[in-house]
Amino acid sequence: MRQKIEEVLRTEANLGLDPQDLGRDVDLHSAGMTSFASVNVMLALEDEFGVEFPDRLLNRSVFSTIANLERALGELVDQPAGVEPR
Amino acid sequence: MTGANETAPLAAATGAPAQSILPFVAAVADGVIAEHAREVDRDARFPKEAFDALREERLLGAYIPTHLGGLGLSVSELYSIAERLAYGCASTAMVWSMHQIQVACLVHHASGDAFFHSYLEELADAQFLLASATSEAGVGGDIRRSIASVDRIEESATLEKEATTVSYGATADGYLVTARRDTDSDASDQVLVLLKQDQATLSQTGAWDTLGMRGTCSPGFRLSGRFHPDQILSEQFSTIATKTMVPMSHLLWSAVWTGLAADALRRARAFLRKKARGTQAPNSQSADHLSAASQRVQLARATARQALSSYTAELKRVGDDGDAFSAGFTIEMNNLKLSTSQLAVSAIEHALAVCGMAGYSEASPFSVARHLRDAYSARLMISNDRLSSVNGQLLLMHGD
Repeated sequence: MRQKIEEVLRTEANLGLDPQDLGRDVDLHSAGMTSFASVNVMLALEDEFGVEFPDRLLNRSVFSTIANLERALGELVDQPAGVEPR
Repeated sequence: MTGANETAPLAAATGAPAQSILPFVAAVADGVIAEHAREVDRDARFPKEAFDALREERLLGAYIPTHLGGLGLSVSELYSIAERLAYGCASTAMVWSMHQIQVACLVHHASGDAFFHSYLEELADAQFLLASATSEAGVGGDIRRSIASVDRIEESATLEKEATTVSYGATADGYLVTARRDTDSDASDQVLVLLKQDQATLSQTGAWDTLGMRGTCSPGFRLSGRFHPDQILSEQFSTIATKTMVPMSHLLWSAVWTGLAADALRRARAFLRKKARGTQAPNSQSADHLSAASQRVQLARATARQALSSYTAELKRVGDDGDAFSAGFTIEMNNLKLSTSQLAVSAIEHALAVCGMAGYSEASPFSVARHLRDAYSARLMISNDRLSSVNGQLLLMHGD
């Protein structure tokens, strides 16, 4: 999963460095990802993982670190579309 | 103008909160500023008389804190002033506003640096006029990318830039210029540099002969200069842009456009009152147009006041801890600009419908011709299409 996330970040996030060299908890916004780019990242992740981010996961915090993205995607990938985890 | 000398000491002594400064602003706007507005527009020249009066009132230091010699006014007070100045001359109001935006960048992001602390004192004392050189040939109108870079050579630094538009560049006392941090930096790794007028070489690269805002004198310039590295703000430009330059621009530009619309409304009302005293009773269509103009001015003002409130709240929320402005706030600021740029033109069109030929004439006391021409600039600075596109993208993820 991490590799797929890195690939998306590489193409869409416009970071100053390679996502491979980023720590799991490094703030992506500080690393150069703008709000505008984060939308592209979101769309690409939905595409890559075949999921839809619900409103509650569409916030700055989820998109601020690779760790948070892994956590959020983990929830969505485990659930069939349309079923909210408890 | 009469009264100006008596008012300036008052402004300096009391630190003039809005309630005491607005009457002086109104007097200057309706007096010396309005007096020269037609000529400034006709000749596309800098409104020198207006700025002499504004300097006398110490209004170039409006946003500088009182302990540095400024008037210490709030953003909300700047909005009120910009709007009222625009009643007299929108070019004057726009130049004043653009200057305040540059000052705000220094006040918000550099007043802790020794060099800028002392520069702000100098600015307040001498009433310097600061221009912005963020535009550049070759970046497609995107101020968040630069081609020009700072070049460090031992103890000093240089830069050279092709700026596509530098408002009042020929009359400014200093320039805040964006450039890449150094010769190897990425296009979006930008810093903001203060270039003083006596350090800068400017050569004009075009003419400013436009439909409106003719007194802002905004042709392109090739800018170059040598300066001390202390003149580079330590805060990265991306932060300065998000926290100050963009919100302040949208707020103060909206004030100018709304002021234009408000003055057009004022003229339409005066026109109808005159008609009512004569033999012709105003028809119901005129009443409808007057109401429509008033509605639009009110909407523009209400949107701006809401945005002012959001800006103050957002500044408090992020504080000093480097936290970022929310995308929701960016959307709101963009919406403000989109709304007021459209409402102003629409309001003035209704005023034109009321005044008819008297409104269409440049010379009549009920003229709204220059108002309409000036207001048409609003959709272009910056492009409404660009802002809609950004909002459309951000709204996929943000904007509750």
